Amino acid sequence: MQTIDIESEIYKFVVDSFMFGQAAGLAYDESLLQRGVIDSTGVLELVSFLQENFNITVEDNEIIPTNLETINGIVAYVNKKLNGKS
Amino acid sequence: MQLEQFLEHSAERFPDKVALITGNDRYTYRQIDEEANRLAHALIASGVQRGDRVVIFLPNSLETVVSIFATLKAGAVFVVLNSTTKSDKVTYILNNCRATALVTSGTKADSLSTCWADTPYLQSVFLTGASESQAKAVQSGGKQVGSFEEVRKSGNNSSPMKKCIDIDLAALIYTSGSTGRPKGVMVTHLNIISAATSISTYLENTSDDIVINFLPLGFDYGLYQLLMMFKMGGTLVLHDSFAFPNVAIDKIIREKVTGFPIVPTISAILLQMDLSKYNFPNLRYISNTAAALPVEHIRKLRALFPHVKLFSMYGLTECKRVSYLPPDQLDIRPTSVGRGMPNEEVYVVDENGARVGSGIIGELVIRGSNVMKGYWELPEETAHCLKPGPLPGERVLYSGDLFRTDEEGYLYFVGRKDDIIKTRGEKVSPREVEDVIYALDGVAEVAVIGVPDPILGSAIKAVLTVRPGAQLTKQDVLRHCAARLEDFMVPKIVEFQASLPKTETGKISKRAIKVGAQEG
Repeated sequence: MQTIDIESEIYKFVVDSFMFGQAAGLAYDESLLQRGVIDSTGVLELVSFLQENFNITVEDNEIIPTNLETINGIVAYVNKKLNGKS
Repeated sequence: MQLEQFLEHSAERFPDKVALITGNDRYTYRQIDEEANRLAHALIASGVQRGDRVVIFLPNSLETVVSIFATLKAGAVFVVLNSTTKSDKVTYILNNCRATALVTSGTKADSLSTCWADTPYLQSVFLTGASESQAKAVQSGGKQVGSFEEVRKSGNNSSPMKKCIDIDLAALIYTSGSTGRPKGVMVTHLNIISAATSISTYLENTSDDIVINFLPLGFDYGLYQLLMMFKMGGTLVLHDSFAFPNVAIDKIIREKVTGFPIVPTISAILLQMDLSKYNFPNLRYISNTAAALPVEHIRKLRALFPHVKLFSMYGLTECKRVSYLPPDQLDIRPTSVGRGMPNEEVYVVDENGARVGSGIIGELVIRGSNVMKGYWELPEETAHCLKPGPLPGERVLYSGDLFRTDEEGYLYFVGRKDDIIKTRGEKVSPREVEDVIYALDGVAEVAVIGVPDPILGSAIKAVLTVRPGAQLTKQDVLRHCAARLEDFMVPKIVEFQASLPKTETGKISKRAIKVGAQEG
């Protein structure tokens, strides 16, 4: 999968699931928590989505702000996981 | 005694002890006390007087903590808002309490850009982390602008002269009202000191305690974690949310946390994790309030944390806390919310206000110096819940919650007298949510009800009909609500129906809708 697809899929998921389809200028490097887009249950939904959609296993110790706090962070994390698999 | 003395006394006793940990930053009691003094002087210089209201609209942070105590030191009344509150509601509250000052961040000030023209009482805005252009925007909105960072750098470190007495107001805590508009719960220094003393007595808090807090300081449960640690001279580890459970758990272990206040949502997350590899040698207690923990959660939590005391508690913003279940009673009566706190009396009454015996359902009444002074400028609503007590001039709190007691006097929650929904421990007025949904084009009728939810207590459900030809989706409704309501007020379930059941007088029958929801 191309990085660009991963990025747009993740962006779409976040906007659809947590912002009711309205991105309202959400930036790729913006903290989803600070902006109030996701909360604790949101993080868990995000993790399930990543596992199912990209067929990766998110370890407990990978659920950290660096990997999941911004769209850019999530994309980098998913790429790293996918590259590690191949 | 006044509330800010929690901080001042601890700063005298333990000046160099760490009072607050946020992220990787640690602050001593002396530092926080001096910062609060500097901001207090700045607030006074900006025109804040005794009894004025200061609104604090920030995420959990050092700045929020400093602002709360600075407001008190200035003799003013603090109003902490949940950081997810939307601009319209912030404007409403600023005007409702006629706040003279606001403390917020540059980013949040951007989101409030339309509010400056509509808040005639608001004179000054103190900004943290603001760019020059953000500060200018507020200034051009006609407000005096102060910089939190400038105040931190210099200024008078000494405590301003005390002007208040303990029956003066210390805070307004906004909660949902049945009319759909939020109401400010008026609490005095004495109210808060009494509640904090009772709670820290049964939790057996000491200056050795290190409490971690993930709950917003705008909710009284979160706020009191701060107040009680500062009262005891303990340490508060302040976080913004429980979003990264592993980071949170690491923090609990690394900071040797002794007290861990939770709500059912946090418990549900904890129980999904594999905690077997962790040890919590320092953890002494877990407390739960907001909504009752499912009995299954209680059982599992006790298995996960065998050496930890688990406190099940029940509260109302109007008196802070009503009751707690002593940990040794948890196995005996797991569904009870316990009994009154030390220095507080609670009892169940019938419709005439007469006390009833065990097993009989009635309204719960709370008597104690923790009971609020009333709702801000709402005498009718105040009279509805504060009624004469046993002593002349005394007023006791009618909770609006139906309870029964067992033979040993332990309390069991039965339901609400009104249609207020308790979700995630917050009271939500169906009317407030309905008003917002009615404003959406295409909506013909809407009824908002609470449906049982194992984690949330009640989940908010909106049932609606649309006008002929209107095309509305669930997403449209949720998006509309999310832009106007705080997160916890946004419906979890949206259902479209061809028509809504009516009563004989033609009003929408929520009772029938609720029955339908249970059957469906």
